[in-house]
Order: sequence, then C-alpha cells, then structure tokens
Amino acid sequence: MNTLLEVSDLRTQFHTPEGNVFAVNGISFNINEGETLAVVGESGCGKSVTMMSILGLIPIPPGEIVSGAAVYRGRDLLKMSEHELQRVRGKEIAMVFQDPMTSLNPVLTVQRQITESLRTHMGMDAPIASRRALELLDLVGIPDAARRLNEYPHQFSGGMRQRVMIAMALACQPSLLIADEPTTALDVTIQAQIIELAMRMRDQLGMAMIWITHDLGVVAGLAERVIVMYAGFIVEEAGVDDLYDDPRHPYTLALLGALPRADRRRHQRLKSIPGAPPSLLVQPRGCPFAPRCELAADKCWAESPSLRPVGAGHRLACWFDVKEMAS
Amino acid sequence: MDSATSVARLVPDELEAPPLSLRELVWRRFRRHKMAIFGLVMLVALLAYAFVPSFFISEDYANHTDTSLRLHAPSADHPFGTDTVGRDILARTIYGGQISIIIGLTAAILEVLAGVLIGAMAGYYGGLLDSLLMRFTEAMLNIPQIFLLIVMAKFFASGIPNIEFLGREYSGSVVVIVLIIGLTSWPYLARIVRAEFLSLKEREFVLAARATGTPTRQIIFGHILPNCIAPIVVTATLGVANAITLEAYISFLGMGVRAPTATWGNMLENANNYIESAAWLWFFPGLLIVLTVLSINFLGDGLRDALDPRSRTL
Repeated sequence: MNTLLEVSDLRTQFHTPEGNVFAVNGISFNINEGETLAVVGESGCGKSVTMMSILGLIPIPPGEIVSGAAVYRGRDLLKMSEHELQRVRGKEIAMVFQDPMTSLNPVLTVQRQITESLRTHMGMDAPIASRRALELLDLVGIPDAARRLNEYPHQFSGGMRQRVMIAMALACQPSLLIADEPTTALDVTIQAQIIELAMRMRDQLGMAMIWITHDLGVVAGLAERVIVMYAGFIVEEAGVDDLYDDPRHPYTLALLGALPRADRRRHQRLKSIPGAPPSLLVQPRGCPFAPRCELAADKCWAESPSLRPVGAGHRLACWFDVKEMAS
Repeated sequence: MDSATSVARLVPDELEAPPLSLRELVWRRFRRHKMAIFGLVMLVALLAYAFVPSFFISEDYANHTDTSLRLHAPSADHPFGTDTVGRDILARTIYGGQISIIIGLTAAILEVLAGVLIGAMAGYYGGLLDSLLMRFTEAMLNIPQIFLLIVMAKFFASGIPNIEFLGREYSGSVVVIVLIIGLTSWPYLARIVRAEFLSLKEREFVLAARATGTPTRQIIFGHILPNCIAPIVVTATLGVANAITLEAYISFLGMGVRAPTATWGNMLENANNYIESAAWLWFFPGLLIVLTVLSINFLGDGLRDALDPRSRTL
C-alpha cells in the first residue's frame, strides 16, 4: 500500500492573551491510499486542530504551526503557499464538518454551493456543473434532487444537510476525505445512515478517509486503524480489532470502560474517568494522562513517554504496558 | 354518503406547499409595509414625471430665457410659472428632476462601491490593513460632510468643461458633484460592512468554503457579501435620498451644478429673494425634493424590515 499522507512531529500552538495553548504536541501518523483511519479522543484533545493544521485552516495569528511536516504525495502541505493549498483543498483532500446546520451558507442555494468546487477545481461551466451536482445529490441519497438543487439550506433537515455537505466534499472525487465528527450533531438513526453513506462512498470512489470522533462505538465497523489522542498527544495507535481486544494504554482502557455496551449487565454502572482533561495552557511535562491515571508513578510525572511499538502495527505511549502488568 | 367523495380532495403535491424562496419571503414582508408601498408607487410616479415628458418638451425649451416673461405667476401657458430670467419652471423641474435623480443614483452607487470595498477589506483581512482603513474612515467621519462638500465644491469649481453624454450636453459640474457626494458618504457604510464581515468571517460556513479550496476573493464577494446584502441595500436606498438632499443644498448655495443645466437644487438658488413675492419659484422644486426624499426613506424603511432575517412576520 502506498502512503498517501504522512504527518510527522506536528506541533500547533495558539498564542492567546491567557498564554500559549499547546493544542498539538508533536504527533506523527500516516494514512495509506484507500485506508480508513479513525481518530478518537475527548473534546479539546487536538483532533480537529491536527486536521485543520494539515489543511492550513488554522487562523494565523493567533495560531502557529511550530514544527512538523505533512507530506501528501511527495509534497509538504505545511510548506505550501495559500494559493497552492487552495488547489489541494476540496480537490484532493476534502473535509466534512461537525455541524451541518452552520456549515452551509444560508443565503446561497445548495446548487451554488455544490457547483462551487466543480467550477473552481475542474473548470466546469455552469450547465455541466449543475448536471454533476444533480448526480451528486442523487448519489448521496437526497430524494427529488432536481427540485432540491434550487432550495436553500434552511429548507433541509439536519441529516439532509450533512448529505449535502458530503456531496460537496465528494464533488471533485478527492483521494482523502477528512470527516470531523460528522455525526455528532445528528440523532442516532441519522448517524447510522450517514456512516453507511460515507462507507459506501469510500468504497465506490476508493478514497482514504480520516474519521474524527469521540465515540469509540462508531469506529468499530468503520475504520481499519485507530489513533487515540489525549491532550494533543497520540497515546495509542492500533488496528481496530487489536484496539478493542487488546488495549494497552490506561486511557484507552478507561475510554472503553466508559462505553455503553449491550452485553453488559444492567446493574453495572458505566465507569467514568475521574478528573478532567488537563489545561492546554501549561507546557506539557511528563505524561499528560498522569493526573488521571491509576498507574501513575514518579517517572510518569517527570518524563513524557514516546510512542513505542508493542506489536504488529500497534504503538503505545506509556511507561507501563497494561498487558504485562496483568500477567 | 356520496357527497363526501365529491368534495375535491387535496392531492399530496398540493398539501406540501412549495417552500418560499428568499425573494418571495422578502416581497411578502415588504408588501405588508403600507408606507413602503406608498413610497414605491410615489417613486415610480416621480420617475415617470422626470423622464416621460422629455419626449414632448425639448431641453432647449427648458433652458430658453426670455426676460419679457420673467417672474410670471402660474398660468395656462406656464403651469408652474416662470423664473427670474423667464424660463418655464414646469419644463425645468422635468429636466432638473432627471439630473437630480441621476446624481442621487450614481452618487449612491459610488458610495456603495467605496464603502463595500473598504469595509470588506478591513473586516476580512483585519490586522494592520483594518487599522489603516478604519483610522482613515474615522478621519473622514470626523470632518462634517457638509463642510467637506463645500470645500471640495469650491476647490473643483473652476474651469469644468461641459460634457456630452447620450447626445445631450451637461455641465461638467454634475460629475464633480457626484464624485464629491459619493466620496464623502461611504464611511458609514464601510463601518457597517466591516462590522458584518467581522462576525460573518468567523462563521462555520466560511471555514467550510475555505476547506473546499474556494479562492479568497470568491469567499469575500461570493460567500460573505451576500450575507450582508440587507444593510447594504437599505444604506444604498437612503444614500440616494441623502445625495439628492446634498445636491440641493450645495446647489442652493451656488456651488453645485451650473446653469443652464437645471437641477431641483439649483432652481432654488435665487428663490430665496422671492420667498413671498414669487412663491412658485421655490414651491415646485422644493415639493419635488421633499416628495422624492420622503418616498425613498419610506422605501428604505420597508426594505429594512423586509430584508431583516430576524424578522419573523409574514
């Protein structure tokens, strides 16, 4: 498999009046062509900032990409000019956002918004672009697409709007789709439909997908590999089955413990993780999870563990290994 | 029992009312505004008054002086009377109306172009550019517009050649007045547009547009600008009324559009000496100015309510 995107040592900070926010602290990962990668973690752990840094969507200032590289097909996205990036965004790497209620322009018709990227990137003229827009709406399962093309976003329901967003993202047949919690704002049944749609599109177009979520339950049927993020660090990375069967990081373990499961006894309460995520305003020192970790030892407070391989395609950033300790 | 089946039933297509487009919504709300409709009708009538009769009355007639006819009261020959050099006031209000309305429209267009461009740049890019543009805008706002207008009119007054446009000859001062009014009116609009841009550029849909690789120019003019069309339309409408008033003011002071070209404003120029003795000199052009400005303001009020997206009345 060819590597499509390789991110290494990415660090993003925000310089705010309260001090520096250490949003992303040197993370490295890669994604292959056609692969689906899930990125999970609590709110504010740097998932979205990572993706937005890669696409140059971080407002600078106050943001700053301190270091790192994001090599997409041999070209470093972080070194590109805004103009070069504009030709990558939407055409090669597309993004779907969390809230479909606010991500569509309220005063433009759906047709205008879908044809936008077709006209910018593919140089299509208006009639061809609108025919393609019609196909796309059909493709993402919007009934009566011909009529709905000329409607405004407020005339669509949340699920339908997210379908429109997906149609917009797929317009130029990108090789990578970044979905930033695309189902969080939707109710459960619609969530399932959108996930099913995304998977079908991925398979049809053979594109790679990065699916950002804080819901481990969503990930299982969707992704091949999972990255667990915490406070701007990657704490564990594993194949999806591996992660569920054999979680090694105390945080992953805790996340899985907090997941409601149909096969769990009813009287068993869900375990929540004590404490709150650390403030990102403090320069990270030691393991970021140490304050909430049951296993934390002196070493954890002093020195941050780096990712180390603990099995085939399995990487872990912890001084301990839960598995070894159990045996 | 059969009567029930004979009742026309709604088919599903009719049950589902077609959603209203933005334009239909705006029109529905506008229609409710009685004064705005009055303003619109009045404006159409005034436009007809200024432009239709010029097919029957020549401009030469409007500019024709005959001192033997000076200061005649309204009569059958001269329904609105004659002025101090014997020109027909009716004909002059018609041709003057054209110039006044054209000045109002073009000055407002100029105001919108400058205001939108400066406000959009300042609001979208922020930072140093914003500071520079806004300090400049504030400096313009600090100087009273009337004062600026008089100084500029005085400064540019000398040696303006006449210009030909669409087969008619105009005093070059028309262009000067348009430029002066347009270039002194934009600061308010620039501030409004900047404020709109400041809040709109943080909205999610702008991020989404950027994520699809939309070029910056298209984001500014294609995505953000259509979202602040309401305040722009309202300001532009009121700008027309404002420009007409300003033209009247400056022409009344004798620094505006030069004779022989008539405007409603410069017809008032000499009327102040005859306020009681020849009231028709100021009454007719004055009335037309008042009616025009009033109708435009009513129209602007109606548009403001109709275009306000927060307004939920139908």
